Amino acid sequence: MSEVAIVGVGCVGFQPILPELSYKELMYEAAVKAYEDAGVDPRKDVDVFVTCAEDYLEGFSIFDEFVPDQIGAVLRPLFTVSGDGLLGLANAYMLIKTGHFDTVVLEAHSKASDLLTLMDVIAFALDPVLNRPLGGHPYYVAGMEMNRYLHDTCTTVEQCAEVVVKNKRNSCGNPYAAYGANITLDQVLCSAMCFYPLKKLEISMPADGCIVMVLASEKVAEKLTDKPIWVKGVGWCTETPNLETRDWSKAVGTRLAAEMAYKTAKIHNPRKEIDFAEINDLFAYKELQHMEALKLCAYGEAGKLTEEGITARNGELPVNPSGGLLGMGYGLEASGTQKLLEVVLQLRNEAGTRQVSDVEVGLAHAWRGIPTTTGIAAVLSNIKR
Amino acid sequence: MFGKKRVAIVGAGLTLFRRRLKETGKELSYEASKMALDAAGMELRDMQSVVLGTAPDAFDGVHMKGEYLADGAGAYRKPYTRVFVGGGTGVFTPLAGWWHVASGQFDSCLVVAEEKMSSCYPHPQYAFTTIFDPILERPLGMNLIWIFALEMHRYMHKHGITKEDIARVSVKNKRNALDHPCAQLGAKITVEDVLNSEIMAWPVQRLDVSPTSDGAAAMVLVSEDVAKEITDNPVWIDGVGWCIDSTLWTNRDLYYPDYVECAARMAYKMAGIKNPPKEIDLAEPYDPFDYKELHHMEGLLLCKKGEAAKLTAEGVTQRDGDLPINPSGGLLGVGNPIAAAGLMKVCEIFWQLRGEAGKRQIPGDPRTGLAQAWGDLMQYGSVIVLRR
Repeated sequence: MSEVAIVGVGCVGFQPILPELSYKELMYEAAVKAYEDAGVDPRKDVDVFVTCAEDYLEGFSIFDEFVPDQIGAVLRPLFTVSGDGLLGLANAYMLIKTGHFDTVVLEAHSKASDLLTLMDVIAFALDPVLNRPLGGHPYYVAGMEMNRYLHDTCTTVEQCAEVVVKNKRNSCGNPYAAYGANITLDQVLCSAMCFYPLKKLEISMPADGCIVMVLASEKVAEKLTDKPIWVKGVGWCTETPNLETRDWSKAVGTRLAAEMAYKTAKIHNPRKEIDFAEINDLFAYKELQHMEALKLCAYGEAGKLTEEGITARNGELPVNPSGGLLGMGYGLEASGTQKLLEVVLQLRNEAGTRQVSDVEVGLAHAWRGIPTTTGIAAVLSNIKR
Repeated sequence: MFGKKRVAIVGAGLTLFRRRLKETGKELSYEASKMALDAAGMELRDMQSVVLGTAPDAFDGVHMKGEYLADGAGAYRKPYTRVFVGGGTGVFTPLAGWWHVASGQFDSCLVVAEEKMSSCYPHPQYAFTTIFDPILERPLGMNLIWIFALEMHRYMHKHGITKEDIARVSVKNKRNALDHPCAQLGAKITVEDVLNSEIMAWPVQRLDVSPTSDGAAAMVLVSEDVAKEITDNPVWIDGVGWCIDSTLWTNRDLYYPDYVECAARMAYKMAGIKNPPKEIDLAEPYDPFDYKELHHMEGLLLCKKGEAAKLTAEGVTQRDGDLPINPSGGLLGVGNPIAAAGLMKVCEIFWQLRGEAGKRQIPGDPRTGLAQAWGDLMQYGSVIVLRR
C-alpha cells in the first residue's frame, strides 16, 4: 500500500477577527496558497476534496453546499466530515490508502468572529434531556474536569498556569498566531476565576483563519516535492458523549486514538521516538492531561515536566512550539489542522524563529472540545521509512 | 487491481419509518445497528470502526449531533466519523464505510444512518430555511418545495413531459411500498389521485412528495478475508462515486443533473461498467419527489435524456419489468427520514441481490444493483454499485 504524504500547505490567519475576508474568501486564499505550495491545479490534479465543518458553527443547515466554488471543487468529488480537521486528515489518509485516489485536498476553517453567541452554540451540544436544562455556561464542564484532574493527579494550579506562560511566549514569533504574549505566572494565576478552578487566561480565545493542505500518494508526492512530510499513522476515537459515565481524569478517547496511531506508525516508545508534539490545549490543563493520554509521560507527571521546562521549545520534549491554541487562538474545527500545520512546518525546517532543531518525528493531536470525548492523533515524519 | 481491497456487505438493518415519538435518535440508531449486527451474525465488539450519517443538526436542535448519537450508533470507545453531504448523506455513508475497510485500516465497519425529523417544530421544513445563501436567497423566504417546483417545471418543459407521466412514478412506488414492512405511506392510488391532490407549489402536488419521517438504517461492512469466513452470500461494493456542483444553482440549467452523471461515471469506471442499462439489473435512484426518479434515471445513464417517462409508462421500471426501479417503494412509499432513507435504498439492493427481499423480490437472478442519493442545493450526487 502506498505511503501518504502532505505535499502542500496554505494558511490564512489566525487573527482574533478578520473582517475583511468572508469565510469563502478565507477558504479561497488558503486554498490558492496550498495549491501553489504543492504545485497542483485543483481542476485537474485533485481526486477528492475533504472539508471539515459543523453546521451550527457556520450558521447553515447544510454547510457542504457552500464549499465547492472557492476551493476549485465544482463538479468534483467533495464531502464534509462533521468533525475536526485532523479527522478530515484521517479520512484523506484512508482514501489514498485504498489505492483508488492519488491526491486529496483537506480544508478546515474558523470564522468564529461571525458567531455572536459561540457559547450558546456550544451549550446546544449538551444532551438536550439530561444536561442542557441545567443551564449555565457550557465551560462549567471544563472546570469540573480540571478539578477532578488536579485532584486525581496532584497536579498544581501553578503547573497549569506554566502551560499558559510557555504557549503564549512560544507564539510570539509565530506569524499565524493571534494571542502571543510575554506574561508571568502571577498574571495567569491572578486572572479572573471563570469556572473554578479554571481561570480566564487558561482558556483559549477563538480566532479566525483557514488551513488547506494537499495530500498525495507516494508516487505523486515524490514527483511534486523534495520535502514530502509522511503521514506515518493516524488514530481517532470517541469515548462516550455522556458526562455521567466518562472518565473525568484521563482523556480515554485520546489514549485510544494515540494507541491506534502509534500501532500504525510502529512507535513503541512515544517519549523517546517522538521529537516534538502539538497537543490540544483548549484549556491549559488539557495540554497536561493530553500529554499523559498520549503516553508522552506517566499519568500525573505532565505538570512536573512542564515546570521543569522539559516541554519548552528548547527542552527535551517540546510541546506546542507553535504556541498552541492558547497562543494561536482556537480555530474551532480547524484547531487540529493548526497543530498539523506546525508539525509540517517544523519537519520541513520552515518554522523560522520557532524551529526546533533536529526533528524527524512529530505528533499532532486534536480534541473536539466541550462536551465531547473525541480525540485524534497523527504521527508525521520527514523520513519515509 | 493489485493492492486494491474489496469490501463486502454482510448484514443490514432497518427500523420502521414513522413519526417515532417514543424513541430518541440514539434509540433508533441502536435498533438499526443491532438488527444489522444480528443479520451478519456479529457483535459490536467485532466492529473496529463506526461511520454515521445524519442530516442537519437543526432537526434535533443538537450541535455536533454526530457526537451526541455516538453511543446509540455503537461508537463507544471506537474510531468514529460522521460524514454529511445533505440529502446525499444516506448513500454517502456506506461510501465512507467502504474506504475505512478498503484502505486496510480496518477489517470491519458499522455504517449507521439516522434521522429524527419529528422533533423539529412546527415542521422539519423550517430547518431548511437556513440552507440558502443568507444574502441572495434567504430574504426571499424560500423553501425546498419551491426550488424543486422550478426544477420539475424546467424538466417537464425541456422534454415535453406531462404531469401524468410523472404521477405514474408516485403510483408505482407507493404500490411497491405496500410490500415493505418498514413503509410509512404504501398505498394503492391512481394517476388521478395524484393529479387531484393538494397543490403545494405548482407543478408539485402533495402526492408528488415523499413524507417526512423518523427512522434509522445500518449495515455491516467487512474486508474480503472476514467476509469469506462468515458468509457464503456476501454482497460486494464494486463502485463508489460522488460529486458536487457549484453552490450557485441559479446559474445552471436544471433540466439535467450533471453532478449525478459525474458521480455515476466515477462509480461505473471503478466497477468496470460500460453499458449501464444492460449491466445493471435494478436501481434505487433517489425519489423524494416523483419527477426526481426520472431525472436521476437519466443522470445515472440508465436511459437517454428525456426517455425515463416513456420507460415508466411502458412498465419497464415495474418490479417485473426489464429494469426495476425503486422496488422498495422508494422515499415516496417507504418514507423520507433523510439519511436513513438513503441507506434504506442500499439495504434494498443488498436484500434484492441476496434474494432476501421477500414479497418485494424482483424476478430473475439480479447480480448488479445501484443506489443513488441527491442532496445539498440540487447539487450533490452519491452513487454506490453493488454486486453479488
